[in-house]
Amino acid sequence: MKFTTLLASAAMALGLATSAMAEDKTKVGFVYVGPVGDGGWTYEHDKGRLAVEEHFGDKVETVFVESVPEGPDAERVMTQMALDGADLIFTTSFGYMDPTINVAKKFPNVKFEHATGYKTADNVSVYSARFYEGRAVQGHIAGKMTESNIIGYIGSYPIPEVIRGINSAYLHAKAVNPDVEFKIVWAYTWFDPAKEADAATVLIEQGADVILQHTDSTAPQAAAQEAGNVVTFGQASDMSEYAPFPRVSSIIDNWAPYYIARTQAVMDGSWETVNTWDGIREGMVEIGEISDRVPADVKEEALAMKAAMAAGEYHPFTGPINKQDGSVWLAEGEVADDGTLAGMNFYVEGLEGEIPQ
Amino acid sequence: MDLGEINPVLLIASLMVAATPLLLAAIGELVVEKAGVLNLGVEGMMIVGAISGFAISVETGSPWLGFIAAAIGGAVLSLLFVLLTQVALANQVASGLALTLFGLGFSALMGQGYVGIKPPDMADIHIPVISDIPVIGPILFQHDPILYLGIALTAAVWATLKYTRVGLILRAVGENHDAAHALGYKVIKIRILAILFGGACAGLGGAYISLIRVPQWTEGMTAGVGWIALALVVFASWKPWRALLGAYLFGGITVLQLNLQAAGVAIPVEYLAMSPYIITILVLVILSADKSSAPASLGRTFHASH
Repeated sequence: MKFTTLLASAAMALGLATSAMAEDKTKVGFVYVGPVGDGGWTYEHDKGRLAVEEHFGDKVETVFVESVPEGPDAERVMTQMALDGADLIFTTSFGYMDPTINVAKKFPNVKFEHATGYKTADNVSVYSARFYEGRAVQGHIAGKMTESNIIGYIGSYPIPEVIRGINSAYLHAKAVNPDVEFKIVWAYTWFDPAKEADAATVLIEQGADVILQHTDSTAPQAAAQEAGNVVTFGQASDMSEYAPFPRVSSIIDNWAPYYIARTQAVMDGSWETVNTWDGIREGMVEIGEISDRVPADVKEEALAMKAAMAAGEYHPFTGPINKQDGSVWLAEGEVADDGTLAGMNFYVEGLEGEIPQ
Repeated sequence: MDLGEINPVLLIASLMVAATPLLLAAIGELVVEKAGVLNLGVEGMMIVGAISGFAISVETGSPWLGFIAAAIGGAVLSLLFVLLTQVALANQVASGLALTLFGLGFSALMGQGYVGIKPPDMADIHIPVISDIPVIGPILFQHDPILYLGIALTAAVWATLKYTRVGLILRAVGENHDAAHALGYKVIKIRILAILFGGACAGLGGAYISLIRVPQWTEGMTAGVGWIALALVVFASWKPWRALLGAYLFGGITVLQLNLQAAGVAIPVEYLAMSPYIITILVLVILSADKSSAPASLGRTFHASH
């Protein structure tokens, strides 16, 4: 055997060995709607990704693409990830729902996980958190703390997840402050700091002294800080850089345990389509530290409510609750079922304005 | 619905703030395009300006130094575009797109340590007597200096392009670079200066977002303003005052529609949300019925041997 042939076959063997080793790694892809540095929604998903890397070490490889617009672009990004050998792909925004289903059809061997959606397939699971539980706590604090009785709410898109949050916050603000009024502004974006700040400023100019946001950046916090005496809550992430004031508490999404469990399932071959919707009890939704600017008794009540939800004793949507048009939704003591909540497309009684269709 | 909740004075004041980043970027790009160069990197230069300005003003405590740094930051990034398109004669569209992608990534890297920090305040100008006039005072005379700079820059660019020899030469280069070259004008040099000016303006616009309008640093915070500025230049038929009108219309309707939403006006939100784009385009298209056309050499590469 010639020396060069020997060398070539050795190189080939080596090449095979390394590629075999590479195949051992489970490749996990993440598609993000904003930049990983948004300080909110995407930041928390990326923390989950980093937790996966830390947990599995050499056994996984993670990839992510940030700031992917919802729409055809998302499909392109997912397809590319699947072609590059991803075994599991997390698509982390509501608007990725149909793209995820479309791409999943083309790659039956790749597992997909879509956040906050409701369409599943043989290789598509959905997962979300019961953010509305956190909204209940926020609503309680907001209702107690507002002096102008006007609470501003920055909505992103009129989808069930956001509407649930508005309803939950309103019901619990109203419960402690019957005079409270919600002003809702739809920004039609998940991430646009300038627009989010404008929306917050507009709400403050129209008298709101509490701002709740369902958009991803910390810009509304900055606008509130600028205005002075306005209360805010961290959204999706703790946003503790604005604590103790204006940010008095927050909803934190903790995706890490779920991401680790699902990656493990792919490794074991035990992955199945699931529909996960976890809340405070399971630890997917956390309440960020309630700052000292909240009166002690209000803080205590808020923590008690959180504890009751964690123990499964209290559901934020417990009757009697009427719909906006006055018709009965939940009778006395009745608890909302998950199906209605998942597709929630109506305001509860007392909220003004119409939901954009 | 209660229109009474909208305070017209605050509304007009905040629409001027919302329009300023767009105006600054558009005026810069207008000069670049008048010189015959199409720089699609506005978004990238804005975001680099946003973080340069933010970082320097946090470090020094001076918003003024921040804005100067933002202009330099934007100009330095545009230098990359100069190298690609004026020295290496690369395709302008591709280079501009590359500049945007590079700027977005590079700014994220630069901004690592600046998330969640509050920048120093830039005090609003308060001129005795006229600032205190009811209504007009808060609308016109109680803003930050950069907002006035935007308007002054528009006037200066308009006057320079229209009345001065420098403006004439710049336009000649943009209309027919071969003829300008034959007359002995340094086409490349003039274009480089125009590109640097455009970069500096875009940088200022970006810093206006991170230092005044929001004020904070977040990755990707310009969120497409650069692209709107590019479109605005075209719809404004490369005329400075129309760019100003367009920017104020766009910024104004953006703020107005949020106000109308918050006041609960019974117009479907979808229409309100799209109104800034539609109304701005409509108005500027109607205005451009006078058939003003693009600079003839726009986007064409110049090489002296031709």
